[in-house]
Amino acid sequence: MGIVDSLFVFVLAMLVGFEVITKVPPTLHTPLMSGANAISGITIVGALLVAAHSDSPLTEVIAFVAIVMATVNVVGGFLVTDRMLQMFRKETRKKA
Amino acid sequence: MKALVELIYLLSVILFVAGLRYLNSPATARRGNLLASVGMALAIAATLAGKGISHLWIILAGLLAGSIIGAVAARKVKMTAMPQMVGLLNGLGGGASALVATGEFVRLSPSIPLDTVVTIILSLLIGGVTFTGSLVAFGKLQGLVKGTPTVLPLHRAVTILLSIAFLLLSFSLHISPLAVFTTMAIISLILGVLLVIPIGGADMPVAISLLNSFSGLAASGAGFVLKNNMLIVAGALVGAAGMILTFIMCRAMGRSLLHVLFGAFGGKEELAEEAGERRVRSIDVEEAAMILAYARSVIIVPGYGMAVAQAHHAVRELADELEARGVEVKFAIHPVAGRMPGHMNVLLAEANVPYSKLYDMDDINPEFERTDVALVIGASDIVNPAARHKKGSPIYGMPILEVDRARQVIVIKRSLSPGFSGVENELFYNPKTMMLFGGARDVVQELIKEVKRLD
Repeated sequence: MGIVDSLFVFVLAMLVGFEVITKVPPTLHTPLMSGANAISGITIVGALLVAAHSDSPLTEVIAFVAIVMATVNVVGGFLVTDRMLQMFRKETRKKA
Repeated sequence: MKALVELIYLLSVILFVAGLRYLNSPATARRGNLLASVGMALAIAATLAGKGISHLWIILAGLLAGSIIGAVAARKVKMTAMPQMVGLLNGLGGGASALVATGEFVRLSPSIPLDTVVTIILSLLIGGVTFTGSLVAFGKLQGLVKGTPTVLPLHRAVTILLSIAFLLLSFSLHISPLAVFTTMAIISLILGVLLVIPIGGADMPVAISLLNSFSGLAASGAGFVLKNNMLIVAGALVGAAGMILTFIMCRAMGRSLLHVLFGAFGGKEELAEEAGERRVRSIDVEEAAMILAYARSVIIVPGYGMAVAQAHHAVRELADELEARGVEVKFAIHPVAGRMPGHMNVLLAEANVPYSKLYDMDDINPEFERTDVALVIGASDIVNPAARHKKGSPIYGMPILEVDRARQVIVIKRSLSPGFSGVENELFYNPKTMMLFGGARDVVQELIKEVKRLD
């Protein structure tokens, strides 16, 4: 797969992204950002591949640190987003 | 096996797109987040299954450590600290992507095909900038670094020189791969600091969204390096989401992205031109409570001051108290109020204010003239009428919440000091405006007490 093929996929995915996320209500700006942020932790797959391919102590250390950082990003991101979204409600539960 | 892994990756991508789609509506957002996390779990599982078990201990130790840190941080973080939390997470993602590029460089060196070198360099740059840029943003929001814009001597010149050096070095990688690469990594880290350090507190919503976008692009870059379509797509989706938010934030400030990045807005002391001549009307809590309690309609306008004072629970209580007396209460939310997109919404949600009571700028602005009292809590620039008419003011052209059109305005604020932009706030000198000086939480708690006493 050449760099141009990759570019092709990249540009199309950006267009899909713009299309999918056009009208986010401001209420959801923060959760959207933290949820999207968790998805960017997908680089964890890259970190796993670096670990699997690694052939020297240096790459092992790099892979380990990358895995830790990406995992914090993924786990922290999804959990904190869920915690926020749990709080959003349409109506007051108990009438004052 | 390879095909199966790729198919699972495809499924993950579909789940990411569906998840983001669902994040567009409050009713489905939680499900969206769940779908995306399932997609992530599938992608990780497929990768592990597809690659056999080499270096399993490194992988498991990393996953375990990261999960524990991430879970604890997500549980413990206060909602008021959410901007710095998101900032930090952006940085970790960017840093991980830069490390992936570095790992591939070390492994493939010295015989790397040209197109791979190009993608490695780009990932290193974007990931490195995202990493340190986010750390600086985190430091500013956490109060570890001065929040005001910091412009170093020769800031722009140094940035340009370093960028050129980075470019030149990328052509010299063959000379001494590891040394040159390390230098380039260091330059990318410095560039991240230089990018964010001139950006001040109130511009943070833009900076955070931009770094969010970068963290996605960095992941996409790692996908280019590894020739992995799933990474490219997932990263690009996040890149697009962050970009949209960045533009929404810029529009809400009436400024361009370049102006935010290089304008070094605020911190300048151009005020005091007309200050002093005009009179400010200050009232006490009892009077304010009376005005609020006997109004028919009140619009509450929260700003960063409410977040700093952690006054959101008290504000909710005050709103409840007023509603119990038959006052119609609404909340008006400016898109850039606070330090990240949607900051006020998250805090008020935590305080149990239903989101149907929060109104966006465009929806609420026509209502101010029909409203008895606008209650501004810890906000300044976003309600400054100067943005409407005073050409030459740094905030001229910024869309504002038009509280000065309400019959009366009560402003809760520590002092008359201007907002982040350094611009004197005309609203405070408006004859309709009454200043209620004090910390947001104390004042609001006093107000609750006084309103209760009116029964």
